[in-house]
Amino acid sequence: MERNIKKTDGRQKQLIVAFHKALKSFISALPTITGVVLLIGLFKTFITPKMITSVFTGEPFKDTVLGSLFGSILTGNPITSYIIGGELLKDGVSLFAVTAFIVAWVTVGIFQLPAEALFLGKKFALIRNILSFVLAIVVAVATVLTLEVIII
Amino acid sequence: MKEKNGDKTLKYSLYFLLSVVLLYVFLFLLIPWKIYHSLQIALHIFIQIIPVIIAVITLMGISNYFLKPKTVTKYLGKESGVRGWVLAICFGILSHGSIYVWYPLLKELYKHGMRTGLIAAFLYNRAVKIPLIPLMIFYFGIPFVVILTIYTIVASVVEGKVLEGINHLSPVIEE
Repeated sequence: MERNIKKTDGRQKQLIVAFHKALKSFISALPTITGVVLLIGLFKTFITPKMITSVFTGEPFKDTVLGSLFGSILTGNPITSYIIGGELLKDGVSLFAVTAFIVAWVTVGIFQLPAEALFLGKKFALIRNILSFVLAIVVAVATVLTLEVIII
Repeated sequence: MKEKNGDKTLKYSLYFLLSVVLLYVFLFLLIPWKIYHSLQIALHIFIQIIPVIIAVITLMGISNYFLKPKTVTKYLGKESGVRGWVLAICFGILSHGSIYVWYPLLKELYKHGMRTGLIAAFLYNRAVKIPLIPLMIFYFGIPFVVILTIYTIVASVVEGKVLEGINHLSPVIEE
């Protein structure tokens, strides 16, 4: 009986220590998260969807790279990327570019880079984001080509 | 040593926040109405991410309690094999909220033995958003969404493998 009580006390202590550690770890992340959120606030004020649409040229390859580039820089809820993507398609921007845009929107994070570098290391953050930028283009090309083959 | 690393993270974290605050102050002097709008957006984002922050802290606490390095190594470590990839892909797809909220948890899991490639796969698969699939179908159609989802999962593994290859030559995450 006494042994069981001691065991329960020990587990409770371990649980408190585990949550205390988690909270402490998160508190150290809070200034970075706040900084990133403030940066996103600035960005959303100064860059409008209209400004993004006006950048595309009409050349599929160039637009795909541009799509990946803008998706990498822009940030926010993916819903916004679908809405902008839908508008871009209506405006005649190629599906290659729009796909690269919506993929890079979620997989690459320029604004989140300082936070990612702080927690997972500069090298990891840089390589992962560069790879994601390139892969957004590859995924876009593969998706649209497969879609074309299936539809035809 | 661990304390030193934590202090260093907090120090750089505070420097980063201070720089952003200074940028806000500078811009406020030039265009106060726009900066007021930015602050409103930032506050709105904060309110939105609070539930995710609570979920992440809870997950971190649970993982600290239950996940011993041996368990993490078994399921997400070097010996995890295909099961590790599948777990990272599934967790990435199921995780929601802002990406930066997940970094502290991933760092903890890495310390416990999670593979670098699986961290990358987790982060990449956040591109697959199950709750947003109906909206995506509305804009782009079912075939597009299905094909894109498949290629996204494949790309996550490619990215993870490439990162692991680079990590093999020289570590990409500092201890």
